Amino acid sequence: MSQLVFIVFQDNDDSRYLAEAVMDDNPHAEIQHQPALIRIQAEKRLVINRETMEEKLGRDWDVQEMLVNVISIGGNVDEDDDHFILEWK
Amino acid sequence: MAVQNKKLNLKDKYQYLTRDMGWEPTYQKKKDIFPDEDFEGIKITDWSQWEDPFRLTMDSYWKYQAEKEKKLYAIFDAFAQNNGHQNISDARYVNALKLFLSGVSPLEHAAFQGYAKTGRQFSGTGARVACQMQAIDELRHSQTQQHAMSHYNKHFNGLHDAAHMHDRVWFLSVPKSFFDDARTAGPFEFLTAISFSFEYVLTNLLFVPFMSGAAYNGDMATVTFGFSAQSDEARHMTLGLEVIKFILEQHEDNVPIVQRWIDKWFWRGFRLLSLVSMMMDYMLPNKVMSWSEAWEVYYEQNGGALFKDLERYGIRPPKYQDVANDAKHHLSHQLWTTFYQYSQATSFHTWIPEKEEMDWMSEKYPDTFDKYYRPRYEHLAKEAAAGRRFYNNTLPQLCQVCQVPTLFTEMGAPTKLSHRQLKYEGERYHFCSEACCEIFEHEPEKYIQAWLPVHQIYQGNCEGADVETVVQKYYHINIGEDNFEYLGSPDHKRWLSIKGIKPADEDKNAA
Repeated sequence: MSQLVFIVFQDNDDSRYLAEAVMDDNPHAEIQHQPALIRIQAEKRLVINRETMEEKLGRDWDVQEMLVNVISIGGNVDEDDDHFILEWK
Repeated sequence: MAVQNKKLNLKDKYQYLTRDMGWEPTYQKKKDIFPDEDFEGIKITDWSQWEDPFRLTMDSYWKYQAEKEKKLYAIFDAFAQNNGHQNISDARYVNALKLFLSGVSPLEHAAFQGYAKTGRQFSGTGARVACQMQAIDELRHSQTQQHAMSHYNKHFNGLHDAAHMHDRVWFLSVPKSFFDDARTAGPFEFLTAISFSFEYVLTNLLFVPFMSGAAYNGDMATVTFGFSAQSDEARHMTLGLEVIKFILEQHEDNVPIVQRWIDKWFWRGFRLLSLVSMMMDYMLPNKVMSWSEAWEVYYEQNGGALFKDLERYGIRPPKYQDVANDAKHHLSHQLWTTFYQYSQATSFHTWIPEKEEMDWMSEKYPDTFDKYYRPRYEHLAKEAAAGRRFYNNTLPQLCQVCQVPTLFTEMGAPTKLSHRQLKYEGERYHFCSEACCEIFEHEPEKYIQAWLPVHQIYQGNCEGADVETVVQKYYHINIGEDNFEYLGSPDHKRWLSIKGIKPADEDKNAA
């Protein structure tokens, strides 16, 4: 059986970069656009890397900044200074 | 001690907050300080295993919460200054907000009280910190929702006394009793009920597709508070999953206790969300996603992945999930036809869906809508056109557990009413389903105390014996303004005048 993890962002300027970074780092992910939100789902695992985001933004980025734009998540969370991971193990 | 980095990393910061700030009591017994920690039978052997994957500390918490509030209130100001209520898709939409303000926002406040109380019961510092943050979040949600909707209260009826109504009105006893049930349980059951079953498994259905729908109907204020609240919710959901894993990993004796709670609270939450199914399918004039589609994504798919993950602990999916999955084809229609006929006693309006909306439902519910529900609307429309808009004057039979009228049908038999009854200590009790009956059987002493609005009316505890007196005096619903059919209501007339259309009673060809 398929086991999808997902993350949903508010559809705003910050999230465009987030979505780009997620799609770059997770080629198996699928992106869906719905009114006011962006939903990304993937089989088993999704990772958001600070490094990728910093490249996209051209500035320092704190992983916890993401909290302001996240609407929902599904999967076990692992967060530290360098990444935010969602996964079903 | 020398510290190498001048800034602590996330893991260290969290460690200092949740471990080093706790202490072992010396002049009081631990049991006296945390008297409720073990009476439910849950065994905790090592609180230090508690881990919050977000590792949020107070400094970051205040920083990000302040940022969220600034963004939110800037939008509320803009919305009010620009008369945002004039830009919604249709005034029928506002009725969803009336239900939200009286049914959901008071639950946020109940959650605040619940987490403040529950957090106090845990001897583990990590759990106390998580509950404290969540309590503050929930208070914020209750306040921001009231602020957002206060603008609508200036322009539409039915939003003037939501907290009062929450405590008294018949259908609002559904959400109220849900949270009262959770808050009067022990601390671990409360977390399993609210953090896990409700927040993790079910609230996506309210806050994700419904809020996306609010956006699609032009309601900038509601989308904004919805998503702002939801950004906290991602943290709450994570807590919900961690709580369950923590309890299950602590001791194998916890597994059957937790399984029973999951069965119970999945079902209680599912019944509560039947109100949301109706909000999505009927109260959003511009439709985004049907209840059935939302249920497939957010329960069947995501819940499926979750319960597969929990298999390793010996946890199976909720006992009555098959009934809930089957009900996705019927739920919203059964709810709306019920509310339609009791609109004399609601703080919001109801109506017969327009032709395009019914066609949308035929498409979204190909196996059920045309067969079972369209004919009812056609009949009701005919009655209304003949000047006999139908109101049901018999008060409904309520379920002793979920307090929803016994309106649901049996799984696989959509014309057969689902009803169970049993006798307990000489009294007969009625239920909407096998699942609610089973919940009662396990804790009869709790549920015989239920405050059932219909029983209370008949017992003379609601300021009068006739519906009109109860509605006006006891509920504070203004008759002829807040209740009855939408078409021709003061809200409808006001909307037509906003849109520059003559009200129906001044020009018979309009509307």
